[in-house]
Amino acid sequence: MDGAEILLESLKQEGCDTLFGISGGAILPIYDALGKQSDIWSILTRHEQGAGHMAEGYARATGRVGLCIGTSGPGATNLVTAITDAFMDSTPTVFLSGQVASPNIGKDAFQECDIFGITMPIVKHSYMVKNTQDIPRIVKEAFHIARTGRPGPVLIDIPKDMGEREFQGAFEYPESVTLRGYQPDAPAADEQIRAAAKLIAEAKQPILYVGNGVNSVDAADELLAFAEKINCPVTTTLLGRGAFPGGHALALDMLGMHGTAYANWAMHESDLIIAIGVRFDDRVTGNPKQWAPNAKVIHVDIDPAELGKIRFAQVPIWGDAKSVLNQFLEVVPAKTHHEWNARLDKWKADAPLTYEKEGKLKPQFVLQELQKATQGEAIMTTDVGQHQMFAAQYYNPKHTRSFITSGGLGTMGYGYPAALGAKVGCLQGHRPDTDVWCVTGDGSFQMNLQELATGVLYDIPVKIAVLNNSSLGMVRQWQKLFYSKRWSGIDLAKCPDFAKVAEAYSATGVTITHEDEVADAIREAQKNPGTVLLNFLTDAEADVYPMIPGGKSVHEMVVDGSGNKIPVGGWGKTHGGNGNVADIKEALETATSGDYAGEWNDDLKAGQLKI
Amino acid sequence: MSNQNGTTPSNVPPQAPGLEMQNGVPTIVSAAGVNVMSGNEKLHTISILVENRPGVLARVSHVFARRGFNLESLAVSRTEDHTVSRITIVVAGDDEAFKQIGNQLLKLIDVIKVIDHTNDNLVGRELALIKVRVDNAAARAEIKQLADLFRANVVAVDPTTMMLEVAGKADKVDAVTKMLEQHEILELVRTGLVVLARGEKQT
Repeated sequence: MDGAEILLESLKQEGCDTLFGISGGAILPIYDALGKQSDIWSILTRHEQGAGHMAEGYARATGRVGLCIGTSGPGATNLVTAITDAFMDSTPTVFLSGQVASPNIGKDAFQECDIFGITMPIVKHSYMVKNTQDIPRIVKEAFHIARTGRPGPVLIDIPKDMGEREFQGAFEYPESVTLRGYQPDAPAADEQIRAAAKLIAEAKQPILYVGNGVNSVDAADELLAFAEKINCPVTTTLLGRGAFPGGHALALDMLGMHGTAYANWAMHESDLIIAIGVRFDDRVTGNPKQWAPNAKVIHVDIDPAELGKIRFAQVPIWGDAKSVLNQFLEVVPAKTHHEWNARLDKWKADAPLTYEKEGKLKPQFVLQELQKATQGEAIMTTDVGQHQMFAAQYYNPKHTRSFITSGGLGTMGYGYPAALGAKVGCLQGHRPDTDVWCVTGDGSFQMNLQELATGVLYDIPVKIAVLNNSSLGMVRQWQKLFYSKRWSGIDLAKCPDFAKVAEAYSATGVTITHEDEVADAIREAQKNPGTVLLNFLTDAEADVYPMIPGGKSVHEMVVDGSGNKIPVGGWGKTHGGNGNVADIKEALETATSGDYAGEWNDDLKAGQLKI
Repeated sequence: MSNQNGTTPSNVPPQAPGLEMQNGVPTIVSAAGVNVMSGNEKLHTISILVENRPGVLARVSHVFARRGFNLESLAVSRTEDHTVSRITIVVAGDDEAFKQIGNQLLKLIDVIKVIDHTNDNLVGRELALIKVRVDNAAARAEIKQLADLFRANVVAVDPTTMMLEVAGKADKVDAVTKMLEQHEILELVRTGLVVLARGEKQT
C-alpha cells in the first residue's frame, strides 16, 4: 500500500465516514486512493473554505471529528478562515493539506506555500509528514488532539511524495498515543467540588452561565438536572444555545451585547455565577470591571488557561462540563430560590424580546414563524450579523448541538456550508430525521453561495432562509447608532434575485415580501424534499435590540431605537421608554445594587434621559 | 492565579511536571520579580522544555510575539535527553500578562514543561565574545589586565585586535563591556542567559 492508502486506512480506523474538500495537483495521490474505496464519502465542494465550514458543521452537529482536505498553495490558504473559525469556537476538526513533493519544499515550487507556518497560531497542533511510515501515528495523534481536552483544529500537511511512497511492512494502527506535553483533562478535585457546593448553598441569587463547553461534551441532560435540583436560572452564550431547553421556566435565554434584558439584569444582580464551559468573552461581559459586580464566581472549564483569564474565580475547577456537573449532582444538595426566580419571572414578563411591528416585513417575525414551524426541533445554522442575533434571540433549540454559528471569529459565509455539513452528519445516521435550516443574510450568503451546487449535486436538503435587507445590516446598525448615519460600505443594492439564483442551481427558490406569506412558505419548504431557498425581503431599519454597546455595562443597555437606556430591573410597570416619570423615579429608588442610581439621577438632571 | 478575593485550597496533585496547582488550577509558579522595570514590568527568566522537533521554537516565540513581548534574550539547546530541548527566555512583563503567557505556552502540545525561575536559587550565566581594536603594546597590556580582573579570557590576538571571552551574569558582561568602551569595540556577541537551579532541585 502507498502512503495515501495508509492515510485512508488510518482515517477509517478513526471512524471517519465523510471528507469534505477539493482535489488538486499535490493531493492527486490521496484523491486517487479515495476513488478506489467507498467507505469514506468524499464530498467535492466548490471552494475550500466551504469544505472547511462543512467539516465544522458536521463536527458541531454530531460531536465527531470533522474532516477536510485541500490541495497545496491556494487550496491550503483557502482553508485558513475555516481553520481559524474552528480554533476560535473549539470545533474538533482535522484539516489535510497537500504539499509539494519533499524535494521541492522551500524552493517556491508551483502551488507551494508554507501552510504549516501560516497556520501555526490558529491550530491546536499541526504536523508535516516527513516519512510515510509516520502516517498512522500522526493520524492517531491528530484525532486524539482534535477531540480531547478543549477541542480544536489539527492540520496535517502531506507532501505529494509521502502519499506516493510505498509503506514498508504491514499496516498497523497504533492503539494509544504518547504525548508527554499534552494532558487534556483531569478529574476535578473533590475539595473544589465541595468549595463550590458551599458557595452554592450560601447563594441567594445564583445564575448558571453556560456555553459551548456544555454542548461539546453533550452535557445538556446533566445541566438540566442540576439547574432543576438547585432551582437556578440559566443563561446561555451564543454558542451555548441549545445547551438548555428554550421555554423552560428557568431559562433566561441568551445574555450579552444582544442578550435579553432579563438575562443581563439577572447577571448584574446575581451573587453567584456558576460559569460552565464559557470564557467570559467581551461580547458577554462588555466592560468586565462593571460586569456582575456583586457575584462570586465558580468557573468550570476544560481549558485551565481560561480559568481566571478575564474574571477572578473564587472556585476555579479544571474539568469537562459533563464530569463536573455529575460531581455537582452527587454533592450539591437541592435547594430553592423562590424569591429570586419570582423577580426574574417579573422581569421576563416586563421586558420580553420585542420589536417594532409597523411597516415592512420584519426579520424577527420570520424567526418567530420558523420557531413555530420547527418547534425548536431543527438544527439551525446561521451566518454572521443581524440575522444571527435575531436567530439566537428568537429560535429556541430544544436540543444540544442544534444551534450552529460562528461565534468567536464571526465568519460571514459560514452558515450555508455549515448547514450542509450538519445535514451530511444527519444523512450519515448520526442525527437521523433532523431538519437543517440555515438562517442567513444577503451579505453573508453571497460569501459562499457557490456551495448551492454542492448541496444540490449530493442531494443534501438544507432549507435556507435569507433575511434580505439589501445591506450589511449590523454594520449599518452601528453606523446608525454610533456614526451619525454616515452610511459607508453597507449598501448591497442590486443584490441578485436569490430565488432565481436558487433556480439556477436547480434548487427551489421563493421570494416572500409579506407577513401573511411567511408561514405558508416555511411549511412548503419543510414539505419539499430538496434544497429550498426562501428569500425574505425584510425591513432594513429593523435593528437588533436589546443592545449593550461594545465595552459598556448593563447600565448602557438600550431596548429600542429610541436610544433610551433602561435601568436594571426595568421601568416598573412597562418597559422600553414607555414608562412615565413616576415609574422611572420609582425604578431608581427601588434599585438595589451598584452605583448606577447616581448616574441615572445625574442623567435626569442633565436632561439627557429621554422620557 | 492571584488571591485577591480569598483562596480555595486544592488537593489536586500537579498534573504534569512543571505545573503547580494553585486554587485547583495548574499553573506555572507565580512570579515575584527580580529586576523591576518600568511600571509593573519585571524581568522574568523562564525555562521551557520542549520536544526537540522542527517548528517548536516558532510556536513558542509566537506566543510572545503575538502579545507584543520583546524577548531580552533567548537561548536554545539540546539537553541531557536528546529528544528534549531547553529554551531559556528572559522577558520583561507584568505578572498578570506573564501568567497568561505561561498558560498559553502550556497549551502547546510540544511544550513539556514551563518553569518560572524568578524565585529559584539559580546559577545563571551568559557568554560574550568581544572584539576590540588594539594596535599598540600598552593597550594590549591594559586589556589583558582588565581581562584578568574580570576573569575573562583572551581567546584571539592579532596585530590590530584582541578578542575576549566573558562568562557570567549579565551585569558582569555589562561591566566588562563598559570598561572596554574606552577602547574601540569592533564587534560584540552575547549568548543570552542560561540557568540551572542549584542542588537537587530540578530546573
